Amino acid sequence: MTLLSVRGLSVEFRSGVRAVDGLDLELDAGAVLGVVGESGSGKSVTSLAVMGLLPDARVTGEIRFAGQDLTGLGQRALRRIRGNRIAMIFQDPLSCLNPYYPVGFQIAEAYRAHRRAGRREAHHVAVRMLDEVGIPEPDRRARAYPHEFSGGMRQRVMIAMALCLEPDLLIADEPTTALDVTVQAQILDLLQGLRERSGTAIMLITHDMGVIAGLADDVVVMYRGRAVERGAVREVFYRPRDAYTKGLLACVPRVDGALPLRLPTLQAPVEEQASLETPEVTP
Amino acid sequence: MILYMLRRLTATAAILLVICAATFTIFYVMPADPAQAACGKACSPERIAEIRTTLGLNHSPPVQFRDYLVGIVAGRSYGTGAQAVRCPFPCLGFSFQTDQPVWTLLTDRLPVSISIAVGAAVLWLAVGVTAGVVSALRRGSLWDRAAMVAALGGVSLPIYFTALVLQYLLVVKLGLLPYPQAVPLTSDPVGRAESLVMPWITLAMLYAGVYARITRSEMLDSLGQNYVRTARAKGLPEPTVLRRHALRPALMPIVTIFGMDLGALLGGALITESVFGLPGVGKLAADAINSADQPVILGVTLFAAGFVVLANLVVDLVYAVLDPRVRAVG
Amino acid sequence: MNAPLLEVQDLVKRFPVRHGLTRRLAGYVTAVDGVSLRVEPGETLGVVGESGCGKSTVARLITRLIEPTSGTIRVAGRELHKLDEAAIRTVRRDLQMIFQDPFSSLNPRKTVRQILTAPFRYQGLAPDEPVEHLLERVGLRPEHAARYPHEFSGGQAQRIGIARALALRPKLVVCDEPVSALDVSVQAQILNLLKDLQDEYRLAYVFIAHDLGAVRQISTRIVVMYLGTVVEAADRDALFAHAAHPYTHALLSAVPLPDPDAERARERIVLRGDLPSPLNPPTGCPFRTRCPKAAEICTAERPALRLIAPGQEVACHFPEPLTVEGTP
Repeated sequence: MTLLSVRGLSVEFRSGVRAVDGLDLELDAGAVLGVVGESGSGKSVTSLAVMGLLPDARVTGEIRFAGQDLTGLGQRALRRIRGNRIAMIFQDPLSCLNPYYPVGFQIAEAYRAHRRAGRREAHHVAVRMLDEVGIPEPDRRARAYPHEFSGGMRQRVMIAMALCLEPDLLIADEPTTALDVTVQAQILDLLQGLRERSGTAIMLITHDMGVIAGLADDVVVMYRGRAVERGAVREVFYRPRDAYTKGLLACVPRVDGALPLRLPTLQAPVEEQASLETPEVTP
Repeated sequence: MILYMLRRLTATAAILLVICAATFTIFYVMPADPAQAACGKACSPERIAEIRTTLGLNHSPPVQFRDYLVGIVAGRSYGTGAQAVRCPFPCLGFSFQTDQPVWTLLTDRLPVSISIAVGAAVLWLAVGVTAGVVSALRRGSLWDRAAMVAALGGVSLPIYFTALVLQYLLVVKLGLLPYPQAVPLTSDPVGRAESLVMPWITLAMLYAGVYARITRSEMLDSLGQNYVRTARAKGLPEPTVLRRHALRPALMPIVTIFGMDLGALLGGALITESVFGLPGVGKLAADAINSADQPVILGVTLFAAGFVVLANLVVDLVYAVLDPRVRAVG
Repeated sequence: MNAPLLEVQDLVKRFPVRHGLTRRLAGYVTAVDGVSLRVEPGETLGVVGESGCGKSTVARLITRLIEPTSGTIRVAGRELHKLDEAAIRTVRRDLQMIFQDPFSSLNPRKTVRQILTAPFRYQGLAPDEPVEHLLERVGLRPEHAARYPHEFSGGQAQRIGIARALALRPKLVVCDEPVSALDVSVQAQILNLLKDLQDEYRLAYVFIAHDLGAVRQISTRIVVMYLGTVVEAADRDALFAHAAHPYTHALLSAVPLPDPDAERARERIVLRGDLPSPLNPPTGCPFRTRCPKAAEICTAERPALRLIAPGQEVACHFPEPLTVEGTP
């Protein structure tokens, strides 16, 4: 069953920059969709568009979530979906948590935004969620402030916050990019486990092909606001059709396998003006 | 936390001591002879010499300073024998003009300064912060631009100019208020408030502009923070997002400057009090300067500096309560 | 007699930790705790580890941006921290640095030409080749000399940083996370460029990074750091073929492979918990609090770095047995 279907999505900022340009996406309930691309590909803007968090941009096209077109909804109706049925976690968990409030409060606050619950009940939910994402002594830690947590623990807090209302869809925008590799492994493990238990669909946005390879069912490769390739994960990784996808897969230095003398590159012509690096694959 | 407060208090005492030394040096190295000033115009050399001895001016400056400090913490006596005059704790000396203890002069004048400062502070906080928040939320709008121009105006207009314009408008033209005058503290609270309205507005105009600009920029900064985006992504109602996640962090710097400004004003709003003829600490200072009443000038300076330093301490402690990150390391 | 190009011995750096507003001394963080390294001309020493392992402090010590608490750093046999100002200046010519953030390390008010001639001005030398040549060497165009840093993309800005480092024809370049701020496609170009320049000028690199793939691509020898100490040092192929330290193992197994079948089939060693506080490091082996193999001796005794195979040293009481084909 299709949970999220994006058709012809375009996002244009006031500056005239078209960050997303006619994008189509499809995500089934309970599935993991990897959205991969480099900076400027429009992958993060896409996620914010789905959340309705781009007040200053012109968003056109159709974003259909559980049968309902989100682009036509007012802020009030969108607010009821945000956090409740679609939740989101971001790249840098320290800056994404408010330094002035204990983490338990920030989780409880999300819960109470959508459920009729007293402070005490919401606090219990927060403690239970902290426990579920693997934070030791959740009772005590709920009262701690974000700066008292390590990077990995903060991202766990963000995940607890995102999942406390059992959303249908979790959008994870570069959830492990700011983390060390062993901590990244812990968080990926956690996401995988939560997905298996709760059946939450995940839209996983990343630049890291390895992260996609481990977690995603389907992949969309984005380049300059468009999807240049899409398909099942094995299809895209083992039989990429698009030149950009091929380049992206080949240019990552790997820790396994044969060691190339030089890395294959997507040739970037040196631009006259400062601009996005414009990779074009040379055969 | 208690240890932290103790350390801060010690540091505060040290700072006050340094200020004492600095002001004492400046005033007692000044060319005007304190004894001459104390004596008045027609004065015989014998009388001056006598006063010198009474005031302890015959001692070396360090000894004088020591006596002055002792006076502040324990009180002291001027002169010896039957003529000795007891100056009780905290002794800042006697006014050359009125012979009253400087401390009494200060404490008598303080309530006026407090009511000016507090009233103005409430006004400028309300106006400045509100204007700043609205400007930030409607960035680039007509309101935003108008408010920022007004804020710039408020900051740049000199107090005596604002005061005169206000008096002309409110008293002369519209007749809304009586001409400001000193009204005793105990009687007639309405009249008292009326006499303070113009000083409040005058001071508030000056500060509200600064506060509006700071609030606006802090608010814009916090609206751009990732945690505000998180709050929206959680589906919190927009008013909650703004109040809890944008405004609170934005107000932290306001706490700092507010403490400083209020502290400074409690030590006397010199120009405002003089312009409106209100008998506050600032007016006392102005009069003392005019009549070269050195013990009073020195006393007011120390008193005002004391408020600023104290305000600093209070701000730091409040900060530690408000910001969990400071609390953790403190 | 030939001294190594860079020789670091028992390097220690402690930072005082002061508390809050009162600046009360609360103790010391040992950021680098007895590190020894050696780099020969033309080779690349990769330094890997996660945040807080001390690798960037090592970079700053080697380039003399900070003073060591103890230990020695010798560049071509000369002890860096005992040289006078004039001698330092000559050593500077041989020792350059490339930074992580290409933009913040380039003066925004200077043109590329000014940036690239600055090293000569500091040295009181005349540039021995036109700026245009230097730009071409790093893959930029001669006309870029008149531009300002903000007119360039991240990858191009990093090329300017590399050109600046190369202007004085150094023998050793310390690269601190030179590609981690860049997009993957740009990373590959910069890695290739560094390699080409190395071949051309017989440069030696100290390549500091958290990305094991990038380190493998460019290094001849690799040291793995954890909590300020070197836990394993090995030739590149030996390290990736048969890592001996449990931490190296965990690190390697944590890197996601861009290969769905391999990635899903393999067993990942997920370390428990977080890095211990460097203010209060564990006794004995620094890794023991997260180590799957930790035993009593690990608490009691800190393992020293010892040779277990040709070109492979490890600091562990229970190193992995060497297998010929055993990739982790």
